[in-house]
Amino acid sequence: MAEFEPKLVGFLCNWCSYAGADLAGVSRFQYPPNIRIIRVMCSGRIDPYIVLEAFAQGIDGVFIGGCHPGDCHYLEGNYQAQRKIKMTRQLVKRAGLEPERLRMEWVAASEGERFAILMREFPKQIQELGPSPLSGEKPDEKLLANINAAKLAALDFRLRAIVAKERKIVEQGNVYGETKPQEEWDEFMEDAIEAEFERKRLLAMITGKSMSVKELASEVNLPTDRVLDHIVFLRKRNQLALDSIDGFTPKYISIVPEVKP
Amino acid sequence: MNDDKVGAVLVIGGGIAGMQSSLDLADSGFKVYLLEKSPTIGGAMSQLDKTFPTNDCAMCIMAPKLVETGRHQNIKLITNADLDQVEGEAGYFKVTISKHSRRVDETKCTGCGICTQRCPVEVPDDYNRGFKLRKAIYVKYPQAVPSVYAIDKDICIGCGVCSEVCGAGAVTYDQTEEKTQLDVGSIIITPGFEEFDLTKKRKEYGYGKYLNVVSSLELERMLSATGPYGGMVLRPSDGKVSKKMAFIQCVGSRDRSIGNPYCSSVCCMFAIKEAVIAQEHNPGQEATIFFMDIRAFGKEFDDYYIRAEKEHGIRFVKNNRISSIAENPKTNNLIITYISDGELVTEEFDLVTLAVGMTAPKDAKTLSEKLGVDLNEYNFCSTDILFSPLETSHPGIFVGGAFGAPKDIPDSVSEASGAAAKASSIIASERGKLVTVKEYPSEREVSDKEPRIGVFVCHCGINIGGVVDVPNVVEYAKVLPNVAYAENNLYTCSQDTQQKIKEKIEEHGLNRVIVASCTPRTHQPLFQNTVAEAGLNPYLFEMANIRDQCSWVHMREPEKATEKARDLVRMAVTKARLNSPLPKVPIEVKPSALIVGGGISGMTAALELSKQGYETFIVEREDELGGLMKRIHYELMGEEKDIQKKLKEMVKNIDSDEKIHTFTNSTVKDVSGYVGNFKTVIDHNGEDKEIDHGIVIVTTGGQEYKPSEYLYNKNENVLTQLEFEEKLAKEGKVDANTIVMIQCVGSRTEERPYCSRVCCTEAMKNSLKIKEMKPDANVYMIYKDIRTYGFSEIFYEEAARNGIKFIRYDDESKPKVSDKKGLEVKIMEPFLGEEILIKPDLLILSAATIPHPDNTDLAQMLKVPLSKHRFFLEAHMKLRPVEFATEGIFLCGLAHSPKFFEECIAQASAAVSRAATILSKDKIFVEGTVSSVNEEKCTGCGTCEMVCPYGAIRVDMEELKAKVAEVLCKGCGTCGAACPEKAIEIAHFTDMQLLSQAIAALKEGST
Repeated sequence: MAEFEPKLVGFLCNWCSYAGADLAGVSRFQYPPNIRIIRVMCSGRIDPYIVLEAFAQGIDGVFIGGCHPGDCHYLEGNYQAQRKIKMTRQLVKRAGLEPERLRMEWVAASEGERFAILMREFPKQIQELGPSPLSGEKPDEKLLANINAAKLAALDFRLRAIVAKERKIVEQGNVYGETKPQEEWDEFMEDAIEAEFERKRLLAMITGKSMSVKELASEVNLPTDRVLDHIVFLRKRNQLALDSIDGFTPKYISIVPEVKP
Repeated sequence: MNDDKVGAVLVIGGGIAGMQSSLDLADSGFKVYLLEKSPTIGGAMSQLDKTFPTNDCAMCIMAPKLVETGRHQNIKLITNADLDQVEGEAGYFKVTISKHSRRVDETKCTGCGICTQRCPVEVPDDYNRGFKLRKAIYVKYPQAVPSVYAIDKDICIGCGVCSEVCGAGAVTYDQTEEKTQLDVGSIIITPGFEEFDLTKKRKEYGYGKYLNVVSSLELERMLSATGPYGGMVLRPSDGKVSKKMAFIQCVGSRDRSIGNPYCSSVCCMFAIKEAVIAQEHNPGQEATIFFMDIRAFGKEFDDYYIRAEKEHGIRFVKNNRISSIAENPKTNNLIITYISDGELVTEEFDLVTLAVGMTAPKDAKTLSEKLGVDLNEYNFCSTDILFSPLETSHPGIFVGGAFGAPKDIPDSVSEASGAAAKASSIIASERGKLVTVKEYPSEREVSDKEPRIGVFVCHCGINIGGVVDVPNVVEYAKVLPNVAYAENNLYTCSQDTQQKIKEKIEEHGLNRVIVASCTPRTHQPLFQNTVAEAGLNPYLFEMANIRDQCSWVHMREPEKATEKARDLVRMAVTKARLNSPLPKVPIEVKPSALIVGGGISGMTAALELSKQGYETFIVEREDELGGLMKRIHYELMGEEKDIQKKLKEMVKNIDSDEKIHTFTNSTVKDVSGYVGNFKTVIDHNGEDKEIDHGIVIVTTGGQEYKPSEYLYNKNENVLTQLEFEEKLAKEGKVDANTIVMIQCVGSRTEERPYCSRVCCTEAMKNSLKIKEMKPDANVYMIYKDIRTYGFSEIFYEEAARNGIKFIRYDDESKPKVSDKKGLEVKIMEPFLGEEILIKPDLLILSAATIPHPDNTDLAQMLKVPLSKHRFFLEAHMKLRPVEFATEGIFLCGLAHSPKFFEECIAQASAAVSRAATILSKDKIFVEGTVSSVNEEKCTGCGTCEMVCPYGAIRVDMEELKAKVAEVLCKGCGTCGAACPEKAIEIAHFTDMQLLSQAIAALKEGST
């Protein structure tokens, strides 16, 4: 069997990393032809859900290239990107896909050789991981459901709002003029990602079909009390409703309209 | 006879300064001829790896300017050419230029580079300082503008290979020199500088003899990713990674013995930067800098210096002018002997970098003769430094950048803009007369039509066609959805293909066009122009990069490269189907300016704006104009100038100028609107007044720090430098025998870690004044580093010659001042190694320049940032020194950072030049790629406002909806990716466009 050839997409910012990729060409630095590059004006443009959707579609790896810190043509878009991609990796991981499939690097306009080196390294790294379980004719269904939940979490207000504010709160000062230590923030973020991911996963389960806490818990492999907490929360958020009570077992159903971004 | 002046300017020298002058002028309605003697613009900056104090990648920040200069329709690049002669006078110069033969036809060369690959002649590459080879047919560097090769006739063997391989037929061996005559109204000279010839120091430092002794520029090339060692610092003798390097400062500077007594101003920061970057590139690299004074006098330079020492562990060894280097012949290591704590120490290093000084350009003399401008004694351009730092001795000819005096990039850029303002003000009446305004046919309506896509696939000679199966890609494109036409071209960028594309658009009713060729970064504007000429909105054009990111990087895998090219074309088709025409929305511009602060910077800006023909409103807090200038009486530079007389003259000119409206006793209360249309409410003598204006210039100035140290305010004989100067001017005599000056009072402290830049020179000025009035006075100057940069160094020399005694201190050995038994200063004299006692009659404190307290409020009203030291923070420290990221708001003078009188004038002129690029237009056009808000989804949370660095998106507090000021939006898309409600879309880079490309990359037939 021929060696697995990973399919990769790269989102590169116009001013630094796309220019670096061009310079690799001008300098004739060779690398394997796995990547397909999509030009964006700034790495800050890259929406986590676009990356997650690409994974859902079966891409084997996503590369994000931005300007080095301080070099951003738009002053600080790359800093925004850095934090968003970090969150996206956490979501990828939580969904059960290897986070190494999403890689972000700074590449300067003068770093043609570095770009080529990265483009040799990244496919190799993905080759070691093997094809994405979401690629091919029969994608892993559970994983797909998870990635879709991750995608919905990335579309949700909460994660989007906090990740956008992370830099301000950690580096520049929040509304009280205080900065939060990065480690403390990371914990907060991790909790939020976990909760939002689980909630989206649960909501997906009860879309069009009602389920009980116990059924849900066994499907998504979570403790029942944890599921119940989410149910209470989602009910308050007006995202699910009590559908029926089967004996002593209440069954819930999602009342969120299907999200079509 | 036609009396009209000529609305064109000649700019001589295409480095960063020349490019800035050219862009400013071309953007404000003047025709520009940019003359460059080498085949490529870009100058010295193109050779830099990083720039201080931000460690920006030089090429990343310069490349957009290179491209813009190269393709601006009002800038004519004349490269590989020299000035022959100049006749006429200001307003009406006649210039003759010789354009040397490149032996390559500029109109045909596509810059593909096949010639240079095949050329059999190799020669050391000067761009890489001989550490790399180049060919006889070459471009200076990969991003070169113009992207046209040149044959170096001196080494070419005439084999004919380049001509044989050039598919474009651009090689023209018999191309001859061309003479051109130009009419211009004014001239700007920005020829830059020359490095000091280090071979003159061969005896002392072994440069050219010891392989591991390199110049700072050679080290810079090593540090560069495009340099010889891919960014590693290797020893030229054996290719080993350097572990322990040394920098020797002031080589070719501050050295009267070689005729360069001045300071080169940039080498200290340059060396610190190189040490820091070397450490980044070579982990574990040790670096030692031997110096006399560290001259980190610019904005946030000291912060960088401190970080280098504290965080990076760079070792700084002061008080050392290293006089010689020896080599260990076995290891090729270098042996340096220096003084440390009064002891002679010998130490070995594996690499030594000489901080090479700046000298005047080689052709300074010929240039000055041809132009009739005077040079100073060091062959730099002579100006009336104090009041007209940008004017040469020849009316109508102006200077910017390092040719006036050694200087760094931001100061060069400021001066270049300032020179542009000066050059255009004398021909302001001719604005717009010689520029071309391109007319396009009206746009075809396409929104109601099914996409009909035309795909043009380029062979690029053999650059693409030699690897990718181009006909196969064309056949593939033909069957993609919505593709109505596809063809291949030998060179899609050639003139005749442009014509063909237009014909095909007509013939096949195409409403989307794709070119699959090189990179959109250089070629998209050309093709967009072509489709616009055929009546298509430029955003209906799309590019697939199948050369730089495909055929050139997969040369050994033609099949896979072809497959990738097909994928890239498919992705482009997918995106193009979703492209929609984006309008360029015009915004009216009010041709008037608001200037906040009426000191030297504000007054200069107002007068310059008036010369450009624009109305100005000055808002001044005090009851009269003048600011700190009111307190300055003496100057060092040139002939002694009566500053107070000059001030009166300026105020008189402002008062009598109909275009300038001055509001004293006034402050800004509220600012609304945006570029072109600001509305400001000021408090004028207690009453509100509303002003409409197109731009804002912030010139709030600074203040002298009121020291809390050294008995200031407690003993009447303790004064600040400014107070002392006022006292001297008033009394006209010195009635003290012993005078002590303490430097860095309130500067370079923990609370205020920045350098106030002017105090060392101020202290030299006042101490020389003391010596002039009272030659037998004892003057002591207690200092940390003497920072008399540039030509001010001469006054440091003079002060030393006049018997001023200099005593160095540092934070651990600050002078102690008491007045129990009369004024007493105790200070550790480092050379004697003991504390000495001075009993001065007068103690003068060089007090810091501090930011104006108004800055905080004004920054909030304008929504512009302040630096950590509370000065205003410009858009980019290197290349956009006088403007904010928010368009239409500018800054200059002490509002930016501490600086000299003449630097304020240059910066104020620069701000006017930048402002004129807006004010000169009746309307400015908003680019199509902006964000837009879906108000149904928007909840007014303000996340977008927080992430937008341009203040282009703000929540309307009444409607609680985010509103985009399209005119300020740069289209980066960060707001869209951040919006928690997903209520923001970015035109031309929509979610759908990005997603569908990603999916198309993966799957055939998914379009």
